[in-house]
Amino acid sequence: MEYVLIFIAAVFVNNIVLSQFLGICPFLGVSNKVTTSIGMSGAVLFVMTLATLTTYLLHQFVLVPFGLDYLRTITFILVIAALVQMVEIILKKVSPPLYQVLGVFLPLITTNCAVLGVAILALGLESGSLIKAVFFAIANSIGFALALIVFASIREQLELADIPKGMKGVPINLLVAGLLSLAFLGFTGLV
Amino acid sequence: MAEKMNQTQNFLKGIIKENPVFVMLLGMCPTLGVTSSAFNGLGMGLATLFVLLMSNIVISLVKSQIPDKVRIPAFIIVIASFVTIVEMVLEAFIPFLYEQLGIFIPLIVVNCLILGRAEAFASKNDLLSSIIDALGMGFGFVIALTVLGAVREILGNASLFEWRFVSENANTFILFVLPPGAFIALAYLAVLFNKIAIKTS
Repeated sequence: MEYVLIFIAAVFVNNIVLSQFLGICPFLGVSNKVTTSIGMSGAVLFVMTLATLTTYLLHQFVLVPFGLDYLRTITFILVIAALVQMVEIILKKVSPPLYQVLGVFLPLITTNCAVLGVAILALGLESGSLIKAVFFAIANSIGFALALIVFASIREQLELADIPKGMKGVPINLLVAGLLSLAFLGFTGLV
Repeated sequence: MAEKMNQTQNFLKGIIKENPVFVMLLGMCPTLGVTSSAFNGLGMGLATLFVLLMSNIVISLVKSQIPDKVRIPAFIIVIASFVTIVEMVLEAFIPFLYEQLGIFIPLIVVNCLILGRAEAFASKNDLLSSIIDALGMGFGFVIALTVLGAVREILGNASLFEWRFVSENANTFILFVLPPGAFIALAYLAVLFNKIAIKTS
């Protein structure tokens, strides 16, 4: 039951993009086509889960016992950057088809604040455990995927719409994101 | 004199022509996430300005020592060190702001604005130009965040820098201090900014 609540909270109520504003760069940047946004979501799911797993273990067994908690930001970002590199190299070797799909998105993920954000937020979970932290990461990346894919589908429709000159490009996308966020606000109080 | 003109332009480009928020769309996460009030926007802007300035200075000084292949991780370490300093200073001296900004303080590390300036400017230019570039971009970011924070606070809370100009229980557009308001306010500010930028250039 507890896990169901974490899942609903992460995907709908506190959606990582639309109500916590993490990962806005890829949300606005790679959302012009549904297919690319699915690729990006897959890459985020992969990296976010691995990153949270690694940083959680690192925090529990290295940083806390040695009193190095203040190095959290530096170590986490380095671990994530190294991890992204590693995933890229391994994928290229082991599974070329998967690499073809996710490859171009991997370098972008190092500076995706959603990955670092979830890794840090996972440390603050109530009565946290490793399994809970990893589950939290998976739920959040599904939330990211949901927001990104819905937004991309709307943007594909927008291509055909007649938009006032001043609103073209960035402003209309931000407005659409605002309305989408308003829709997600309706889930408040669900858990 | 020509040199001086150049530096003035270098400074001004960050504020108007290449404004990080309204034109380049860099650093959107903190821009949208913390601007529920003008004070928070200003605080976040100044914290980012500090990290940007210090990392530009350091990277500009050591640029010839960094091997080209590992430059991005090297930049990230420099940036992360200054972010850690900001995190500790805020926690010790301005705990109120530290709590308000929360997760967005460590996330200054992944602000694309800072890494972007390190990569695109500080690693190629001399110290003085890098400092001026950081100040221009940094103040462009501070101004954008403060204006967005002020607009949202005025509309959503009928106050500015915590100073209320209507009675406590007056109706306001609460929407604007909630997450959707961030997107909507920024969308209209971007339209306005484009209009002003086109007129001045």
